[in-house]
Amino acid sequence: MTAASPPAAAGPVSRPHRREPAFELRQRYGGWADKPGFLGALSTVDHKRIGRRFIVSAFAFFVLGGILAALMRLQLARPDSALIGPDLYNQLFTTHGTTMMFLFAVPIMQAMAVYIVPLMVGARNIAFPRLAAYAYWIYLFGGVMLYAALVLDVGPDAGWFSYTPLAGPEYGVGKRSDFWAQLITFTEVSGLVVSVQLIVTIFKLRAPGMVLTRIPLLVWTMLVTSFMIIFAMPAVMVASTSLILDRLVGTHFFNPAEGGDALLWQHLFWFFGHPEVYFIFLPGLGFVSTIVGTFARRPVFGYVAIVLSLIATGFFAFGLWVHHMFATNVPELGKSFFTAASMVIAIPTATQIFCWIATLWTGRIVWRTPLLFIVGFFLILVLGGLTGIMLAAVPLDLQIHDTFFVVAHLHYVLIGGAVFPLFGAFYYWFPKFTGRLLDERLGRWNFWLFFIGFNVAFFPMHILGLQGMPRRIYTYAADTGWGPLNLISSLGAFTIALSVLLFIVNVAWSAKRGLQAGRDPWGASTLEWATDSPPPPGNFHPPLAVAGREPLWEEGGIAGRVDGLHDDPPELLVTSLLDATPQHRIVFPTPTIWPLVAAIATTVLFIGSIFTPWAIVWGSIPVAITLIGWFWPSKDETLKHRKVEVKP
Amino acid sequence: MNRAHRAACCAVGALAPAAAAAAGMHDALQPAGPQAGHVHALWLLLLGVCTLVYILVVGALLIGVARARRGDERAPADVASLAQDEPRLRQSVGAAIGISIALLAVLFGATVVTDRALARLPLDGALHIKLTGHQWWWEASYDDPMVSNIFSTANELHIPVGRPVLLTLEASDVIHSVWFPDLAGKKDLIPGRTATLALRADQPGLYRGQCAEFCGYQHAKMVLYVVAEPAAQYEQWAAHSRASAPPPANDETRRGQQVFMQSTCAMCHAISGTIANGQQAPDLTHVASRQTIGAGTLPNTPSALAAWIIDPQLAKPGANMPPNGLPPADLQALVAYLRTLQ
Amino acid sequence: MTAPVTPFADRPAVIDAAPLPSFAFGHKSLMWWGTLGMMAIEGMAFALAAVMYFYIWSRARAWPPDVLPPELRWGSLNLLILLVSTIPNEYTKRAAERFDLRGVRIGLVACILFGIAFIGVRALEFTTLNVYWDTNAYGSAVYLLLGLHTVHLVTDVADSVVLAVLMFTDRIEGSRFADASENAMYWYFVVAAWLPIYAILYLAPRWM
Repeated sequence: MTAASPPAAAGPVSRPHRREPAFELRQRYGGWADKPGFLGALSTVDHKRIGRRFIVSAFAFFVLGGILAALMRLQLARPDSALIGPDLYNQLFTTHGTTMMFLFAVPIMQAMAVYIVPLMVGARNIAFPRLAAYAYWIYLFGGVMLYAALVLDVGPDAGWFSYTPLAGPEYGVGKRSDFWAQLITFTEVSGLVVSVQLIVTIFKLRAPGMVLTRIPLLVWTMLVTSFMIIFAMPAVMVASTSLILDRLVGTHFFNPAEGGDALLWQHLFWFFGHPEVYFIFLPGLGFVSTIVGTFARRPVFGYVAIVLSLIATGFFAFGLWVHHMFATNVPELGKSFFTAASMVIAIPTATQIFCWIATLWTGRIVWRTPLLFIVGFFLILVLGGLTGIMLAAVPLDLQIHDTFFVVAHLHYVLIGGAVFPLFGAFYYWFPKFTGRLLDERLGRWNFWLFFIGFNVAFFPMHILGLQGMPRRIYTYAADTGWGPLNLISSLGAFTIALSVLLFIVNVAWSAKRGLQAGRDPWGASTLEWATDSPPPPGNFHPPLAVAGREPLWEEGGIAGRVDGLHDDPPELLVTSLLDATPQHRIVFPTPTIWPLVAAIATTVLFIGSIFTPWAIVWGSIPVAITLIGWFWPSKDETLKHRKVEVKP
Repeated sequence: MNRAHRAACCAVGALAPAAAAAAGMHDALQPAGPQAGHVHALWLLLLGVCTLVYILVVGALLIGVARARRGDERAPADVASLAQDEPRLRQSVGAAIGISIALLAVLFGATVVTDRALARLPLDGALHIKLTGHQWWWEASYDDPMVSNIFSTANELHIPVGRPVLLTLEASDVIHSVWFPDLAGKKDLIPGRTATLALRADQPGLYRGQCAEFCGYQHAKMVLYVVAEPAAQYEQWAAHSRASAPPPANDETRRGQQVFMQSTCAMCHAISGTIANGQQAPDLTHVASRQTIGAGTLPNTPSALAAWIIDPQLAKPGANMPPNGLPPADLQALVAYLRTLQ
Repeated sequence: MTAPVTPFADRPAVIDAAPLPSFAFGHKSLMWWGTLGMMAIEGMAFALAAVMYFYIWSRARAWPPDVLPPELRWGSLNLLILLVSTIPNEYTKRAAERFDLRGVRIGLVACILFGIAFIGVRALEFTTLNVYWDTNAYGSAVYLLLGLHTVHLVTDVADSVVLAVLMFTDRIEGSRFADASENAMYWYFVVAAWLPIYAILYLAPRWM
């Protein structure tokens, strides 16, 4: 009874629930069901629906960022190219970096978590679901604002980390850097909100019996990541707010002439910026743990070591930031500390790598596309991590800092460490999201094109950096000799583009014609595979209690069901932090349009304050009104809640 | 460098042709001085260790998945490890972690040693140069205890081979970074702060440095050349640089000097020995002796100079120098005059 | 309405949630953790603003540079008002935990009156800082710290007003009392945040 249903399922065929008429959905799922039609889409508080649109939007930004990169590579393919001038090029690389870091990499990890984590812990929804809806809209509106600015030729052009004084009031002319700074505000609000939700879901909404040592490794990574976000994102919020203040109302945070300091920006930014790469990397590691376990057909070796490594990484990540500033004149002794810290953080990651290799070595390997992407992860990420050790050494860093060597390193760790596992995760969870499997053959082509294209594009950049090619240059002279390697790199970039196109084709085709997946096509062990594909509104009917770390694999892994939770109003079970023993029920919100309206009001406030400080005063009034509307209970709901109320 | 090392360098060099010497050397793997030399040694150690580690880790992975038995998603998973320990795996993973820590300690030690070596460059008798970064050119001022020996130049430095050079670094607008790959690591020029960079060229040659911190539109075209030459030649160059510009010797060049003083040129540029004393743009007293104009944008030839003067925005869009519509005769005279500023 | 029969529905029932309470106070509740999350985020923002203040100080020759420190009277008065406001705050919290609706109403109104007082005094504080945000980096840092805290004062009072109004309507259910209790926790945070900020803005330039 723990065997997985084979791909061309003989078992219950999962029904795509959104095609059922709204009336029927309401009959079956009570308060969990969405309102019908377009209004239903706008007012949903179902984490799966919000998660899906979040994932699709973040992927769309990935494609947009990739197009910008393709344009950059087109320009750099030949020396002295007249294709793109410095102004446009500077906007392109700034928007590329900003998109990839703020609109793709972090949000997509959070989006995957929004969808998967509640299912994996056995919850019927994510904590504070209306906030998830709000977080999505805020994120989307911020991203739209950024691209509107780019299209109107007022895109930010000071680089994705926007150093002062270049981005300051004197040298950052016009509103360009203000759009950048405000994009930060949009995405940070979104990111922080989702992080709080994930922590509360993981702490308090786990299935009964899911004690700490039974929490899936992906959930641990999302927990550590969310904590990191809470302590790191405020730094970039404060920094970007201070930048806007300098530019808009004449403060002097970064103005050395009046007691400020250009390096203050760098400290604030990188205090956030270094942990940020771990917000991206750690979830990738969670995907690796999940996929390795499932396709080696055994629990991942070293569960405790991996959890401790994740927590250690979360802490160490805050102690590295000055390694982005080795070329400045911060004190030399301090730099040595950051060298040591930057090397030490390799150890927890190495621990996890060794544990995964041990798992694969002693497992029974099932070769499917998700695992291919994980092998790609190993080959690429390990190389990137090793160039990271090189960069950690101050003397060597002073040669390769701010060159294409760093561009190579960061893409090896981010694409290898996060994007490859992410693609593996797409292939892995697509059947759960849609009820159909992605095509395996297209998947292999996707993988190989991506793997080969990536290495052809980025490996030569290590050499270019050592040969003197700095970052962020729109062109270079022929006599530098950088031409041939740049051409090769550009060819690799276009191969990557082809592979992404192939992925999109695979998704489009498989969504309609892919093999039916059934409940658990991979024979996996975690709770999201215990419910239909895609899961119904309310996820688990009935909710389950667990008695093991791999509930679908172990005998008695599923302890039984949880009775007594209402569907109308929709209720969840809140359990204790350490032992996941039931504590109380809680009624969750039903669909509402207020998060969207509040997001619109917030957007007006944020965009207005780019142009005038008074927008903060006047703009906060509609925001306050929408937030009050959001929280104000309806008579109907109050009566319903009182009917099921039991006082503590 | 030993033979094997040279062969390795050639192999890497074969992958991508090194810059022609005429354009200036810019390869961190071809150190021409002790600072870059120390870093190069560290690089070789790191490269060796990291390559070894990569081969071992990836090898373990690939061998592992190749050797492992094949599974089936329909077959039950093996949950034995939840109940029993796996001592052999624990020992292997533990050993791997131990070796990693040991290797990291070695690499950290090597880093500290290199740091110390870099800090110990003897600076007795150092040449002091103050470098100020501007959007998008380099201002250099050669310091001297005798005030009358101080002179300014731009975008090209000469230094004596074998003598330490201490660069004092400041920035007038945004953050820049100075980097000569063959000579030393880079250092940022930060407004409101003063930094220093010590280096020494032990081989004569033309070295190409480039701004290495994004500084706006023309960050890409902010080159700083360093000519390292034997001490005697350097002293000649320095003495010549201290001298004012010679007065124009014929009608055309006199006309050219007039054009210079009467147009906007003199508002930004300085020519020592004339009334032109602008401080916003490169000092032109010896402009004709430089390798390039526009901080590496164009070769220093009469036709390029003429094109530059007419409209610098064509070659370097966004540069702070405006176009100068001059009648052809004036332009020719001006170019002829500037060419006398050797 | 019946939920469909889905996988594992045939398993025995090991937990019956029906008799469990439908909301909770304190660390058992989701809202408590959400509020804690907010406090962590805002606390971090305050800490960073304080670090910025000290960083700018470390690069200044005199402190405050070229101006006098902020005058003590309004800031100190506000310190007093905020500390005393914890009395009606604690009263509200305990009334909420006893489901004493009348007590909660009185407590919230009292808190709001204190809130009006400390916002008024905060406005006076801004007039006696002896510096503007665009005078120099010191002024910028002072306004950042004080401004951040002021935003919290305003939102805290606004929260409390909304909650108070709600307590006078018929939209009351058990979990509203838990909301009132969480609001009290947030109020404590805003008061506690003032202690170090007061010390940094008013005392440090005089004593250090």
